[in-house]
Amino acid sequence: MSNIIAHERDIVIPGEALAEGMDFLPGENTYREHEKIYSKALGLVGISGRVIKITPLSGPYIPKIGDKIIGKVTDIAMIGWRIDTGTAYSAMLNVKDATTRFVRKEEDLSRIISIGDYVVVKIINVTSQNLIDLTMKEPGLFKVSGGRVIKINNQKVPRVIGKQGSMISLIKSKTGCEITVGQNGVIWVKGTPENEMLTVRAIKLVEEKAHQEGLTEKMEKFLNENAVPGTVISPAESHAEGEMN
Amino acid sequence: MILNKETISQLASQGKRLDGRGLLDYRDPIKIDLNISWTAEGSAKVQIGNTVVMAGVKMAIEKPYNDTPDEGGISVNAELLPLSSPNYEPGPPGIKAVELARVTDRGIRESKAIDVKKLCITPGEKAWFVTIDLITINDAGNLFDACAMAALAALKSAQFPKVDPTTKAIDYHTKTGEKLPLLKEPLVVTVYKINGSFIVDPSQEEEGAYDARLSVASDERGIISALQKGGDAPLFIEEISQMVDIALDKAKFLRKVLNSELKMRD
Repeated sequence: MSNIIAHERDIVIPGEALAEGMDFLPGENTYREHEKIYSKALGLVGISGRVIKITPLSGPYIPKIGDKIIGKVTDIAMIGWRIDTGTAYSAMLNVKDATTRFVRKEEDLSRIISIGDYVVVKIINVTSQNLIDLTMKEPGLFKVSGGRVIKINNQKVPRVIGKQGSMISLIKSKTGCEITVGQNGVIWVKGTPENEMLTVRAIKLVEEKAHQEGLTEKMEKFLNENAVPGTVISPAESHAEGEMN
Repeated sequence: MILNKETISQLASQGKRLDGRGLLDYRDPIKIDLNISWTAEGSAKVQIGNTVVMAGVKMAIEKPYNDTPDEGGISVNAELLPLSSPNYEPGPPGIKAVELARVTDRGIRESKAIDVKKLCITPGEKAWFVTIDLITINDAGNLFDACAMAALAALKSAQFPKVDPTTKAIDYHTKTGEKLPLLKEPLVVTVYKINGSFIVDPSQEEEGAYDARLSVASDERGIISALQKGGDAPLFIEEISQMVDIALDKAKFLRKVLNSELKMRD
């Protein structure tokens, strides 16, 4: 006898029973104890066939190899920079992974990147102790200049990007802003001040209504209603920079 | 913490701000709640934008100081609760908490807002001492102005507790309805200088990007009672007079909001 206790898109808390019986399989953020499947996180229930998973509503960012994130430089060490990624663990950006040009031994590293700067970087390694190695040498990775940086709940990042980047390219095309979304929930926006503000409002709205359906249509309406006059609207880009989770 | 220092200072020189406000605009809403604590003689909660602070007034009978035998006294304490910002830790008050308490204290003390002579019961023996406690519930910037406003609102709402005529014990559960002898109503407006422009009511990000700031405490007649300068950058004399003019003008605005909020709650 197997039956599902929780329903699709229910909000559950850790330890809440989701299903009983061996016919169902525990997916992401769930675990099986004896005959029952329980939730491991606060989140929404997702049932696909026999697999039950939880999409978390909150929680810290867990660093993953290959993630593009935005971090803040907190310290300069002998061989590189220490970056605050918004996790509990510290990340290092080595000189060899930061720039393609030759850096002399006695060179002042703060001339390349100084404390307080934001960098768009990619995680190349996470050790078993959760120490993070970063790189800035790939296309689409750079030191941020100008614009503004905001922080959202990292669990909502997939919704801000949207399916195949639909949400982010919608916001980009309606506001004309340059937007880079880090998987750790830090977002960099650059455009005219008015458009930057509209973009920030739009992103906060997505964050707030992340679990609702038909969000892209709602956002299109919101952006059309609040459009900044005089903005040159570029045709929507066919592909987005951000990656889906 | 996110800090858009460069963008803030660039926008400030163009007369713009990160959140789209004018340079001399306060955030919405400015809200005041009175008598939020039943254990305090007077209390108030002030909200400016997302910044929320609470103030409580306690009164006790103590022996006056030897140099002022016919006067009561006031003291102000501020606590930056860890729940109000990720930057605050529990423990003894730091520089920021001490400065916050002192700016609020001097605004009230130096304007002679409370008639301390009237607080005296028996010269050299007994006088009322008023303690104002400030706690931050959420720090989204501009604690100086919010705390001064909360302290004033709490003082205005405070009532003396009943004193038993025979045992001389204070019954804190019974309020007499007698208000504190308030002579002036001091408010603090802090003007920040960012990249040559002056702003009021900074957000938390703007507080991390300023060059200099000047807190101006003034009463309802526009008489300045206290000034406090902060930040690394120096200020010219002309700049100070400009900042004081802005502060006096914005104090009028805050006073109007305060009075209409208090009237609404009467």
